[in-house]
Amino acid sequence: MSYRITGSTGEWEIVVGLEVHAQVVSEAKLFSGASAEYGGEPNTHVSLVDAGFPGMLPVLNQECVAQAVRTGLGLEAEINLFSRFDRKNYFYADLPTGYQISQFAHPIIGKGKVLVDLADGSTREIGVTRLHLEQDAGKSIHDQDPTRSFIDLNRAGVALMEIVSEPDIRSPEEAGAYLRKLRQILRYIGTCDGNMEEGSMRADVNVSVRKPGETEYRTRCEIKNVNSIRFVIMSIEVEAQRQIEVWEAGGTVDQETRLFDHVRSETRSLRSKEDAHDYRYFPDPDLLPLVIEQSWVDGLKAALPELPEAKRARLEQEYGVSRYESSVLCVEQAIADFYETVARGADARLAANWMLGDFFAALNRTGRSIEDSPVSAEGLRELLGLISNSTINGKIAKEVLEDMVETGESASAIVEKKGLRQVTDTGAIESAIREILVANSDKVAEYKSGKDKLFGFFVGQTMKAMKGKGNPALVNETLKKLLSE
Amino acid sequence: MSGIHDFTLASARDALKSRKISAVELTNAHIDAIERLDGQLNSFITRTPDQARDAAKAADEVLAKGEGGSLCGIPLGIKDLFCTNGVRTTAASKILGNFVPPYESTVTANLLKDGAVFLGKLNLDEFAMGAANLNSAFGPAVNPWKRSDSDTKLVPGGSSGGSAAAVAAGLVLGATGTDTGGSIRQPAAFTGIAGIKPTYGRCSRFGTIAFASSLDQAGPMARNLQDCAILLESMAGFDPRDSTSVDTPVPNYEAALKRGVKGLRVGIPKEYHVDGMPAEIEALWQQGMTWLRDAGAEIVEVSLPHTKYGLPTYYIAALAEASSNLARYDGVRFGERVSAPSLDGLYEASRAAGFGEEVKRRILIGTHVLSSGYYDAYYLRAQKLRTLIQQDFLKAFENVDVLLTPTAPSGAFAQDEKPTDPVQMYLNDVFTVPASMAGVPALSVPAGLDARGVPLGLQLIGKFFDEETLIAAGHAIEQAAAFHHRPTIHAGVSA
Repeated sequence: MSYRITGSTGEWEIVVGLEVHAQVVSEAKLFSGASAEYGGEPNTHVSLVDAGFPGMLPVLNQECVAQAVRTGLGLEAEINLFSRFDRKNYFYADLPTGYQISQFAHPIIGKGKVLVDLADGSTREIGVTRLHLEQDAGKSIHDQDPTRSFIDLNRAGVALMEIVSEPDIRSPEEAGAYLRKLRQILRYIGTCDGNMEEGSMRADVNVSVRKPGETEYRTRCEIKNVNSIRFVIMSIEVEAQRQIEVWEAGGTVDQETRLFDHVRSETRSLRSKEDAHDYRYFPDPDLLPLVIEQSWVDGLKAALPELPEAKRARLEQEYGVSRYESSVLCVEQAIADFYETVARGADARLAANWMLGDFFAALNRTGRSIEDSPVSAEGLRELLGLISNSTINGKIAKEVLEDMVETGESASAIVEKKGLRQVTDTGAIESAIREILVANSDKVAEYKSGKDKLFGFFVGQTMKAMKGKGNPALVNETLKKLLSE
Repeated sequence: MSGIHDFTLASARDALKSRKISAVELTNAHIDAIERLDGQLNSFITRTPDQARDAAKAADEVLAKGEGGSLCGIPLGIKDLFCTNGVRTTAASKILGNFVPPYESTVTANLLKDGAVFLGKLNLDEFAMGAANLNSAFGPAVNPWKRSDSDTKLVPGGSSGGSAAAVAAGLVLGATGTDTGGSIRQPAAFTGIAGIKPTYGRCSRFGTIAFASSLDQAGPMARNLQDCAILLESMAGFDPRDSTSVDTPVPNYEAALKRGVKGLRVGIPKEYHVDGMPAEIEALWQQGMTWLRDAGAEIVEVSLPHTKYGLPTYYIAALAEASSNLARYDGVRFGERVSAPSLDGLYEASRAAGFGEEVKRRILIGTHVLSSGYYDAYYLRAQKLRTLIQQDFLKAFENVDVLLTPTAPSGAFAQDEKPTDPVQMYLNDVFTVPASMAGVPALSVPAGLDARGVPLGLQLIGKFFDEETLIAAGHAIEQAAAFHHRPTIHAGVSA
């Protein structure tokens, strides 16, 4: 169903495009040898090049170029063998050279696409216009002193990929799904950690509204630097609402840059088109055009890991998991890897059930991630093996998993130590049942007079007496037999 | 020690190697000359006599062991556009204040590695912007030459005016210059010395304060081409820290002097016969042709049809880059800061106080030509014309080996004859700018004196990375011209 906002004049459609700034995973900065690591004491990851000292020159970091190309391949995009770096000129205290080196006219990556999954199970293709490499600026800190600002240049010069989408997004949900999918691809390829809290992924959100059926776009506003998926969704909702109110009141939306205030749930004007910077882009004369070889691109492509879409298709085919299960298992590469380790040599469907159920619940409860899971994939596989070969039943297995999480011991060790091995001895089951029936002769009479529901009561009593270890199928079978005697 | 100032760099090198003189003696003689004469010339912004003596002592120790690089113990001056580790570097601007770089430019590091002794930092036009060295925050450098009929102060040319004056007056045996549109060649011509602007990419720009990155090129200035060749061989070379430096071997430039010009085809670009060129410049040019023909070269007329666009396109391209390159001088991290209550106020006050008038003019022009709405009309067209200018040279070089032209349209003018119209001032670069725009190497050699006894130079322009042919042809002119005149202010026996 199309997303529509109802205003006083009827329904409205929203048009959204996203510009995502993704920090490139690399040892060194885009044009200097200084560390690109996040954090660190202020101004400790700064070279003379980053600080814009006289006579310092940029030298392109090849690894950052490789990361951009890998990302382009992940977005099924055109890889431009010729690209160029331009200077974007503006003055700011955390921009030491007075210009940002970016790619304006000739980006390294051209048109690509991202397939997004929506809640109703449908998928949509969102176009990627381009991806280019650029430097990050430093950080201005204004709240430490009443009259002075402080500058931290650790981030200055770190490589960013600006990934620009087509205005293909038609709902806040799609925007969220696009960002999640993009982040997933970047993480799979290892080109950006996608950590929005640390600012390694930020989005500028372009929003406009129009009446359904209109073919032209109306004026858009750009909401700058939104730093979580939730805020992207919220900002689109409130900005679209604001624009609709402007249009419906007979006004016109002005092209401007706005800020999102999540506390007040509103957007505010930052600067209008008239105040927009004239960045005076021109080719950076310190750098030659960037020319890469197709064979180099091919080499990077051959070394790419399996990407989310391909992995999902393969898991569905190889392990018989559902589309929903594959989407959850492929959210992160590490989860998919974990699953495959469990599923190889175990019942793959059972493995998917357990991962999505009790295993994720255990991770959530302990606050652990898949990487530092308290139970290894091999350990989980062993547990599932014990279910499959009827050593324990599913209910006991849940207890064993909890023990495994707590003690770090193996499933079989816990089963042995606690004597949890399932009882399949029909004699033992029969004697346990007979005792129950004798002790509850009144209930037996009621059952026999037609109160079928009491069957569950007998099962429960039997399992309780057997400390849960009775084989459920055998317990059922024997109970039926003895009750009909 | 009479005669120590008659040394050229090459003969001093030989005398040092054979221990006829010591590096300390040679250095002290030059320090004395600076103390004696630089009050009149103002060629130095910063003098480093103590460091020079220490370096000379160290050089003597190395030389005593029979070791040492090609410049071991040779006293040089460094244009104050090259960053020098621990020594104040100003670009002749107030905006850098007392900036002391914690790093060494690649070019000066190369010279130091070969044993050179630095006497100090030489005057220039602020940020290398000028053709008369009148735009220095430290006052103008003065040409050691005087007209035969007057005592008026002449300009040494620019922007490497301090380098030219110091070399001509014998205060240093050689100097570094930088050339963006003629800043080595024109002052060399104005002071009767030799100077080479190498192929763009031949010398690293790392650590050299940028004026216009796509044009700036360091080069040597010395009393003759042999000295320039020795210096260039040390200065040049690939540097991974400059993405525009070119990884091609550095030849033995000194050896090229002996090549001669027999059979060399020398092109005379017809478009360089500009309107209003003084007859004596035209005559000198003819003389140059005769000299080369007599030495066995063939003179061929060639056409560089886009020459007339050289100056305007140069001033667009160079100033566009400069407007961006100079944005970093903002009072925030180094240099002079003029405090203000807002960030924009700090920028405005610091830059207003720190930059001189010509630099401000050029930043404004450069900012304008890159502005939205003007970019296509100015910057983009200039880039296209630049390509055409380069193609002119490539085409001409299909037919000839070098080009011969005058270096400048006149000899040195007096400080008070400075044109009031800045554009008139820019015309000084008319013969030097096209080679800069094309990136090809060029040099200037002294070729004679004008009617009032002031030196004039001839320019040779060569093929990409063919500095050797250029040096060979230049040396033929040197030999024929036998230019042995001395300026009025000179460290040796006065003329």
